[in-house]
Amino acid sequence: MSTIEERVKKIIVEQLGVKEEEVKLEASFENDLGADSLDTVELVMALEEEFETEIPDEEAEKIRTVQAAIDYVSAHSED
Amino acid sequence: MTKRRVVVTGLGMVTPLGLNADSTWSALLDGRSGAGPIEHFDTSAFATKFACLVKDFDVSQYMSAKDAKKMDVFIQYGVVAGMEAVADAGLEITDHNRHRIGVMVSSGIGGILGIEENHTKLLNSGPRRVSPFFIPASITNMLSGQLSMHYGITGPSLAIVTACTTGVHNIGQAARMIAYGDADVMLAGGAEKASTELGIGGFNAARALSTRNDDPQAASRPFDADRDGFVLGDGAGVVVLEEYEQAKKRGARIYAELTGFGMSSDAYHMTLPPADGRGAAASMNNALHDAGINPQQVGYINAHGTSTGAGDIAETQAIKSVFNEAAYQIPVSSTKSMTGHLLGAAGAVEAIFSIQSLYYQKVPPTINLDNPDADCDLDYVPHTARDLAFDVSLCNSFGFGGTNGSLLFSRV
Repeated sequence: MSTIEERVKKIIVEQLGVKEEEVKLEASFENDLGADSLDTVELVMALEEEFETEIPDEEAEKIRTVQAAIDYVSAHSED
Repeated sequence: MTKRRVVVTGLGMVTPLGLNADSTWSALLDGRSGAGPIEHFDTSAFATKFACLVKDFDVSQYMSAKDAKKMDVFIQYGVVAGMEAVADAGLEITDHNRHRIGVMVSSGIGGILGIEENHTKLLNSGPRRVSPFFIPASITNMLSGQLSMHYGITGPSLAIVTACTTGVHNIGQAARMIAYGDADVMLAGGAEKASTELGIGGFNAARALSTRNDDPQAASRPFDADRDGFVLGDGAGVVVLEEYEQAKKRGARIYAELTGFGMSSDAYHMTLPPADGRGAAASMNNALHDAGINPQQVGYINAHGTSTGAGDIAETQAIKSVFNEAAYQIPVSSTKSMTGHLLGAAGAVEAIFSIQSLYYQKVPPTINLDNPDADCDLDYVPHTARDLAFDVSLCNSFGFGGTNGSLLFSRV
């Protein structure tokens, strides 16, 4: 079973079309990984599906880095 | 004001017969059909179970997965055809000329695949699952938008939507914009991907499609007595249009000059033409008038010829009313017998076929014309392509809504 960190990174690689080694914890989706605002919305949707959770829009807006995504999922995921 | 001359310097296509302009053209001369069974969805409940689909299209050969997922398939086809046309033209886009280059590549139906997929998500999982890219990836003018971004071209970006006349209208109007001076170069054409459940279902409901499920390759048979509707086709066609003096100066290969563009409206019925084809005739006459060309100079007509009952007869009548006795001497072919009907891309790929015919001095056939309809008595170039020395080709498109367009191309 993969860890939350591995699963989050895998989704980021798929959604943003970036290389795995670029997905550093401190990387910002928009500044470092070439995402625009729509890419970020879609990324959050993919996280919702993978972790079977619903991320409210006001929370989603705060998820701007790899670490923030891992932290949110860790705090709100059952598994 | 003197009209500036407009020439064609680049061609690009993605069709059921090939993934570029050259392979499509040679398949056309060989008289090959692009039809085959639909396997990408369950057709058991559909009256029509086949179409002319684009085969072996691997979008990752042309762009990143991240870019591709932001485009409906019709946009992918159009962008790829546009990239081929620009490369074919040898056009160098620089800070010096990018503001003088524009794009008009549109679609008749638009992103129906994306609409279906996202509507399914909406029904199954609620509005939060609708993709943020759904709207921008599906709207019809995003094809022009994507091409403008890809090349950084900042001239006019437009998309005329006129059903099956879309391709012809976009090419004709783009040429006018060069003639008028809005731009020096335009990418123009059309793209379509309507072979979806809703697309096939809708055209089936309108009783527009052939249901010859036992022999798809014989189903598109324009002007034949046994025709029973059109065969839906997917794909795209894009031309590079360029102001003549500039094209000559940079030593571009000039395929043809776009000398005439005509339009008209039937003002008659949503989907049927009037039996005498008067709207179609007006469109051809307007193109001839625009070009200052006599009907006798036209050497080949690429017909709209969809393989529908009323349409093929009305177009035949229209050609007779424009060309009188000479109509019987002019080769008229419907390449839809091979490509199927690409709807909004039809006029674009057929304009390219008209240009290739002129450039290579060969006319493609109408295949499956085994038993011509008694009311269709012109020379439709049955079965086999023909060598022909000629100077002017005419390309017709007619669309739902009674909207007509004709283009004339001349040898330079």
